[in-house]
Amino acid sequence: MHRYQERSVKALPVWIPILLTVAMTAQIIWHMHRPDPIAHFHRLTPPPVQSVLEMMSLGDPVAMSKILMLWLQAHDNQPGISVPFRQLDYSMLIHWLEAILKLDPRAHYPLLAASRVYGEVPDAEKQRQILAFVAREFQKDPDHRWPWMAHAVYIARHKLKDEQLALKYARLLADKARGENVPGWAKQMHIFLLEDMGEIESAKILLGALLESGQIEDPNEQAFLYQRLAELEGKRGQTGRQ
Amino acid sequence: MGCNILYAIFAITRFTLLEARRNRLVWLFLLLLAVAIALAVFMGSIAITESQAIRTSVLAAVLRIFAVFLLSLYVITSMVREINDKGMELTLSLPVSRTSYFFGKLSGYSMIAVLVSVSIGLTLVFYAPFFQVFLWTISLFFELLIITALCLLCVFTFTQITVAITAVTVFYVLSRTIDAIQLMSREPLIDPDSLPQVFITRSIDLLAYVLPDLYRFSPSEWLIYPNTMTGQILPIAVQTVIYLVLLVAAGLFDLYRKNL
Repeated sequence: MHRYQERSVKALPVWIPILLTVAMTAQIIWHMHRPDPIAHFHRLTPPPVQSVLEMMSLGDPVAMSKILMLWLQAHDNQPGISVPFRQLDYSMLIHWLEAILKLDPRAHYPLLAASRVYGEVPDAEKQRQILAFVAREFQKDPDHRWPWMAHAVYIARHKLKDEQLALKYARLLADKARGENVPGWAKQMHIFLLEDMGEIESAKILLGALLESGQIEDPNEQAFLYQRLAELEGKRGQTGRQ
Repeated sequence: MGCNILYAIFAITRFTLLEARRNRLVWLFLLLLAVAIALAVFMGSIAITESQAIRTSVLAAVLRIFAVFLLSLYVITSMVREINDKGMELTLSLPVSRTSYFFGKLSGYSMIAVLVSVSIGLTLVFYAPFFQVFLWTISLFFELLIITALCLLCVFTFTQITVAITAVTVFYVLSRTIDAIQLMSREPLIDPDSLPQVFITRSIDLLAYVLPDLYRFSPSEWLIYPNTMTGQILPIAVQTVIYLVLLVAAGLFDLYRKNL
């Protein structure tokens, strides 16, 4: 590689440094007079069909799923604008989450984002939409996706204040998630919800059935549940006396 | 004297064009054109709606990137080869000033930029209204003109293919995205008043001052939506002239400092 030695700046024709200075000044003045970039809110568009997404992944759908998830998550922080969740189009959002889940069905991220991030939106209709999505996707792989369903129960009970919906989701959780990795508290959520709702009799029957079924093998857990059953008996007695 | 300078510039321009014709640049460009058209037709065919708009915008965006990529690669490799083969020294040993040599090369490569832009424009005429394509093509030519002058500057400054191509790529990506980078830096997620954040924001603003606003050049919305280009082409022309003068002055500065 040829390397030239440089001559002194004094060897240059005088007009070149002058032209350089004038041009640089003109560029700066021009930039100062140009309008500032304006932030625009870009709405979510529908995702491409699944086969196109798979083609765009160049044979690596899992990586594509991760990239899309980060992109989707950043959608509410567009350049120059922070978009409240309330303004997001939840139908489109759900389409994207579904597409991302199809690219990587073992991923937790889309359901975590749905239940813990987008589920916190202060809009009951949008919350119901996203919880319905979580419930739908949960049923496709209950033993793997139960944590997000459990969070959906929490959102329905404490954020939406819809006890019936919470109970529906808790029953779904108990019915579908039967794997050994699913903890007892998740499988028993519907019982405690019934107790919360004042449905003592139903809660007692369900808890008794659970203990008799032999599904609970841990002695500490058994003791705890028997204690809860006794408490329910006590509550029922009090209700009866009243 | 003035006639001699013009004659020298014309001769160098002619040989630059001749070189482009002989090294199959045209065939490569035609191949890339065919690939872009195929890709756009495919994207349009799988769209449920707005298939014409998708086809046009994909074609315009892909062709613009192809044009910038092809032209910058060609200018850099051709100039580095000329320097390494002592072609530049041979030319400058003749009664040809460095200014004439520089402008001869710049005008030769600019002619190639004209041919590339016109070919792309002629392709797009089949997908969008003529007047919209006409303005878009002029804007693309201005963009290619800036890139050509930048490539010459980078070659005279670095004289190495890898460094020059990297510098041009970084410059192009930054110039095309600086508006989004500026907006993002002004709306940070955490602690906007912290010292590092203020420093980053100020540095990005400073960088924007010395970059051309290429993000305003030849957007595909001009081709799809009517009247979006109203009043846009004049500021683009002014920016091109200013930045071209700046790059030419910087290129000449480096060329004149070389001790041949």
